Amino acid sequence: MNLISGNQAEATIAIEQAGNVVRCAGAWVLSNVFNLERTLASLNLPATGEWQFDVAGITALDTAGAWLLHRAIQQIDAQGCSVRLRGQRSEHEALIQVVSQAERAPEQQATGRGITWLERLGLVTWPHITQLVGMLAFFGESVMVFIRSVAQPSRIRWRPILYNLQHAGFDALPIVGLLAFLMGVVISFQGAGQLQRYGANIFIADLVGLSILRELAPLMTAIIVAGRSGSAFAAQIGSMKITEEIDALRTIGIAPMELLVLPKLIALMIALPLLTVFADMMGVLGGMVMAKSQLGVSYADFMDRFDDAVKLSALLVGIGKAPVFAAIIAIVGCYQGFQVGNNSDSVGKQTTISVVQGIFLIIVADALFSVIFSWLKI
Amino acid sequence: MAENSSEAIIQISDLYTSFGDAVVHDGITLQVQRGEIFGLAGSSGCGKSTLLREIILLHRPQSGSIRVFGKDVLGLDDEAALALRKSWGVMFERGALFSSLTVAENVGLPMREHTQMSETLINELVAVKISLAGLPASAGAKYPGELSGGMRKRAALARAIALDPELLFLDEPTAGLDPLSANGFDELVLQLKKSLGLTIMMVTHDLDLLWRVADRVAVLGEGRVLGVGTMTELSESPHPVIREYFYGPRGRAAWKQSQEQSWKQK
Repeated sequence: MNLISGNQAEATIAIEQAGNVVRCAGAWVLSNVFNLERTLASLNLPATGEWQFDVAGITALDTAGAWLLHRAIQQIDAQGCSVRLRGQRSEHEALIQVVSQAERAPEQQATGRGITWLERLGLVTWPHITQLVGMLAFFGESVMVFIRSVAQPSRIRWRPILYNLQHAGFDALPIVGLLAFLMGVVISFQGAGQLQRYGANIFIADLVGLSILRELAPLMTAIIVAGRSGSAFAAQIGSMKITEEIDALRTIGIAPMELLVLPKLIALMIALPLLTVFADMMGVLGGMVMAKSQLGVSYADFMDRFDDAVKLSALLVGIGKAPVFAAIIAIVGCYQGFQVGNNSDSVGKQTTISVVQGIFLIIVADALFSVIFSWLKI
Repeated sequence: MAENSSEAIIQISDLYTSFGDAVVHDGITLQVQRGEIFGLAGSSGCGKSTLLREIILLHRPQSGSIRVFGKDVLGLDDEAALALRKSWGVMFERGALFSSLTVAENVGLPMREHTQMSETLINELVAVKISLAGLPASAGAKYPGELSGGMRKRAALARAIALDPELLFLDEPTAGLDPLSANGFDELVLQLKKSLGLTIMMVTHDLDLLWRVADRVAVLGEGRVLGVGTMTELSESPHPVIREYFYGPRGRAAWKQSQEQSWKQK
């Protein structure tokens, strides 16, 4: 660094056996410390006798150099020699003094004790259990706030609800529509080959209609929204937590639950079923287009068959799942947002967790729905 | 570069900065000498922090020249800029510690990045810097989020002096500290200057700090330098803004305290 001041002399240390002198000279500064450290390590430090450190030749000294000097003296001292400093300038002596008073950090204790597999299993499992409990508590709290708001509709905050409806719902239309359309195209394309072999071309309407309406449209839409909005919820609440905005809300007497969580929950529970209907339409449209081009099923024939094959219940089953998925996305996103610690790193971590957990729980819920619907024979 | 005692480390001349229509600096000329503690004062929004950001290459002024260690910082290539950046330390107002690293890792980061020292030596030097900044050794293992405001400032200072800079910039070093911690910080700055031979430039509105540690102070206002000199000289300045700054209720208290202190020292 003394490069700037043009003070770039070499730093040296040498042992003179005659007269028991360790002679230090040059610029003992950070930029030379690397070389000095190596020289020191290669030197055969004396083990007996009285020694003098002659530092009169040192032209510049900074804390790094002073520390190295201090350390070398300590080393020789520890080997059983008596050491004296000689020829130091007053300002250098002061610096060495300051550095030598530096309190040493407590040595990091190595965790030498091995942990058993049982302990490790516990360590891995416990955070998941506490997280599950925490999320359940959060869910309960949200439901309580929701019930209170319904009982007192004047407390519902419409502005944030509308804002979230636009950002989580309306703004997601293009991406949801496009992906649903492509999904319909893919299903139709894959089914076409199989159906054609049996001359069952017209059943393409059954295949596309049932798979899109019952399963794929709700699931795809929920996954897209979890990625788009669940992460946004977590990041927004997380950064508000870091900047103490959540605490500020509490002090002003506004429950963060009411202002931040409930509007998101309500908005998503309205938006997701609507998005699902849109995805249904686009998916079936995609299937229809592909059916015509691959199997030569005309639009009129497709619609005729679609009418016969797909009952209203298929549509309702699909849309009925959407509010549940919406609740999962909103609750997981907001909960993870509140879990953010006080550093910027954890915003990223919790946001990632919110998406992964959200999608995981959506698929688990979807599986549960399948089981329940098959019991109910829907 | 001439090696004499009154060598100017920072030379700013005819600096002009504006954000859109708002003119922040309208012809600023300043010099900071080697080995002095230079204070930059002025009311909020007078462009103190902008001036600091311009000196440390974070913001580009519209025109004028800034020379640090005799080099024109506005016309540097990347390599020269890096060399210059290594030769100064900056302590930001809110610490700007990397929150995902421990204090020790924060302080060690510049050393690991820019030197080839062994890991052991770096760890030892980190402990020295942490201790120099007045933190207990146990603070090294903590994350910035676990520290109090005053400790965070000290940790930021420890990182600023990690590479043994010749020049140290402090942005509002005592803002947000309780009076006791702020007093401790005054002492710390003085001690560091004495033992490390630093040149320090600090931006602050803390009049106590200015009275206590600053060798010279510049008061900015209306886009210009309203006055430069020791605190005593400035306190006798006839300029209305400076008078208001020094003789408002807060200014008077700080002035009185500094008088009492110099009295005690006699």
